Amino acid sequence: MKYVDAFRDPAAARALAGRIREAAAPLAGRSRPVQIMEVCGSHTMAIGRYGIRGLLPPHLRLISGPGCPVCVTDAGYIDAALELASRGVEICTFGDLINVPGSDTSLAAARSRGAAVTVCYSPLEAVERARRDPAREVVFLAVGFETTVAPVVSLVDRAAAEGLGNLSLLTAFKLVPPALEALAAAPDLAIDAFLCPAHVSAIIGADAYRPFAGRHRRPCVVAGFEPLDILYGIEGILRQLDAGEARVENQYSRVVTAAGNRRAQALIERLLRPVDAIWRGLGPVPASGLGLRPEFAAYDAENRHGLRVGPGRDAPGCRCGDVISGRLTPPECPLFGRRCTPASPVGPCMVSSEGSCAAWYKYGRIATERP
Amino acid sequence: MCLGIPMKIVAVDPAGTGTVELDGVRHAVDLTLIETPKSGDHVIVHAGFAIERLDPAEADARIELFRSLAESRERDGDGG
Amino acid sequence: MTTPDRILLAHGGGGRLTAALIADEIVPRFGAGPLASLPDAARLPGMAGGLVFTTDSYVVQPAVFPGGDIGALAVHGTVNDLAVSGAEPRWISLAMILEEGLPLATLRRVLDSIRAAADACGVAVATGDTKVVPHGQCDGLYINTAGLGEPIPGYRLSADAIRPGDAVLASGTLGDHGMAVLCARERLQVASGPVSDTGTIHRLVRAATPWAASVRFMRDPTRGGAAAVLNEIAGGRPFGIALREDALPFAPAARSVAETLGIDLLHVPSEGRMLAVVAPDAADAILAAWRALPEGAGSTRIGAVTAGPAGAVVMETLIGGRRLVDMPLGELLPRIC
Ligand code: SF4
Repeated sequence: MKYVDAFRDPAAARALAGRIREAAAPLAGRSRPVQIMEVCGSHTMAIGRYGIRGLLPPHLRLISGPGCPVCVTDAGYIDAALELASRGVEICTFGDLINVPGSDTSLAAARSRGAAVTVCYSPLEAVERARRDPAREVVFLAVGFETTVAPVVSLVDRAAAEGLGNLSLLTAFKLVPPALEALAAAPDLAIDAFLCPAHVSAIIGADAYRPFAGRHRRPCVVAGFEPLDILYGIEGILRQLDAGEARVENQYSRVVTAAGNRRAQALIERLLRPVDAIWRGLGPVPASGLGLRPEFAAYDAENRHGLRVGPGRDAPGCRCGDVISGRLTPPECPLFGRRCTPASPVGPCMVSSEGSCAAWYKYGRIATERP
Repeated sequence: MCLGIPMKIVAVDPAGTGTVELDGVRHAVDLTLIETPKSGDHVIVHAGFAIERLDPAEADARIELFRSLAESRERDGDGG
Repeated sequence: MTTPDRILLAHGGGGRLTAALIADEIVPRFGAGPLASLPDAARLPGMAGGLVFTTDSYVVQPAVFPGGDIGALAVHGTVNDLAVSGAEPRWISLAMILEEGLPLATLRRVLDSIRAAADACGVAVATGDTKVVPHGQCDGLYINTAGLGEPIPGYRLSADAIRPGDAVLASGTLGDHGMAVLCARERLQVASGPVSDTGTIHRLVRAATPWAASVRFMRDPTRGGAAAVLNEIAGGRPFGIALREDALPFAPAARSVAETLGIDLLHVPSEGRMLAVVAPDAADAILAAWRALPEGAGSTRIGAVTAGPAGAVVMETLIGGRRLVDMPLGELLPRIC
């Protein structure tokens, strides 16, 4: 696969692992390990999938941040989707969401009871569903970070262009920079640097992290999702830490520009406005979400179907909040691997395959057993 | 949070859609988020949409860098 | 979330939920006889010369997919279950549930391909049944086949015979069938996509007969893919399995789509492949015998049995890391994350 396989080369990975050990050596004497947060769930997945943790020196720790849109989506959102399904609305969703527990049950369970839940790869499939039966209401579950926002919200333009009156979005879009701010505001922030997302950054641009890096004096390195990208990103972070720097570094320059994708930004700006959002784990964060502008209220499922997404009840004992904010690693949750497994997830972090708990469960149990 | 794979554009339709290819497999793709897409361009595809262009010169330079790191490491006899 | 009180799609996916359903609901009721070890096919006790018996149902959607159709699959799957149990397939039954309104042309196509597949495998359709249900009560057509075969002398297959140092072999690329069906089903608008590997492996079993005593275990990686089979082999046993990612055989088209959809090909079904665990000194000879046949041309060694970690399937990744290869959960879901 062009521009994929070259970034999975074993010899280069060995070389980078060696350079990481060198760059980490001067930091070995500190009282606590160097902690790097990978903000993005796709980084979390790749780190697990390639066993990257096992290549790092012991005093270097990767912490999974709030970068899984499923994990940070409040249980109340799933409850609202279930409510719509129970009213006979057809729910279209990315596969990621269907096993996520709401307060009581999940979309997969509702589907087994006859609810119309369609798993889509592309949001455009929802247009097709709406077109097929104009008498049936179709709601697309509009979750995701900046990367996913533009593809999903373009449904509004499609629906308008085709005169589809039965398609709307249940929005729970989330924005990365405000989440970083919320994380950094915690008094006990023990994160030394941030590995910034690849494709979110493709949309918002590497410059979007500048204010954050400056204010909080933390290195922010944008890296791609392939294993060599991640290793080189970690090396870049360590070199900044060695030198006492805190800059934004764009190491995914083959895709990410300083300013980002202006067409996507313009689309988002035209259709959406910032709203306060509740993040599982972080709580309410001002202006950290996106909702449809009032002029597009007809496409807003909450408005159209007269329902409000309220706060949900989290499963008792679930520490997803602490995991997402980097305070706990998944195995430190008392339920991890015991009551909470991918087959019967207690919290959303165990559901989405990129959720920190699921990624640790799937990939991490061996890598973490250090000899 | 955002799986995306580089694919090559092989056809651009006037409606803003097109076809991309990866290892012989062709997918329909929405190209409306890309400024003047052309056949032969590489784009990152996420959820059926091209979300950004991939710059081959930057990609090749990085591949070259990784190759040279690997070579110098192996020359120095430190396999890591 | 507690154990679901309804059947979910994932209960049929060959992963954790399937295993739980069988362990909780089937084994306690029927586990006293040949079913106890949950074989792909059972050796029936008390039959002169021995008889091996299996059954499988086919509900694939769409019924016609790149590389095959439900008819071919219904023969191949059952023949393969017999073959990996060390049997020579002889007879199959054919039961069909047809939906009112099914085009006769579709039925003919499926029957023709059943006939062609059965002829190619040398099995005879010995008995059958047809039912029609009202429109909407099944999706086109469902097929069940049962199969009877005769044990091939020399094979004494048991996962309990597996020892550290044994080799793990695959007879070809993995996951093509599942990806072909997913592409056909999910309206992904894919062209020149993956092609199903549906086919039979009984000739591979035959070809390995000279080394039968060195073959510990064979299984066709259908639902749940290679990850499910390998986890079933290692689970609860005093050894582990180590895979090498750079040795895993994947077809470019399947890999391309799997990367696009975020699916792990080790979780994806094949329908014309097998995995075998064999004594190390027989591995090369068996691979050579397999490679001499077209259906085994892509045979390769994918890993080895290790002393530990016990019960786990671990993979050395492309870049030299290590990770667990876990049992899949069930449903194959395209994901964006
Ligand atoms: S292991 Fe389960 S219960 Fe614990 S934090 Fe993760 S998702 Fe929540």
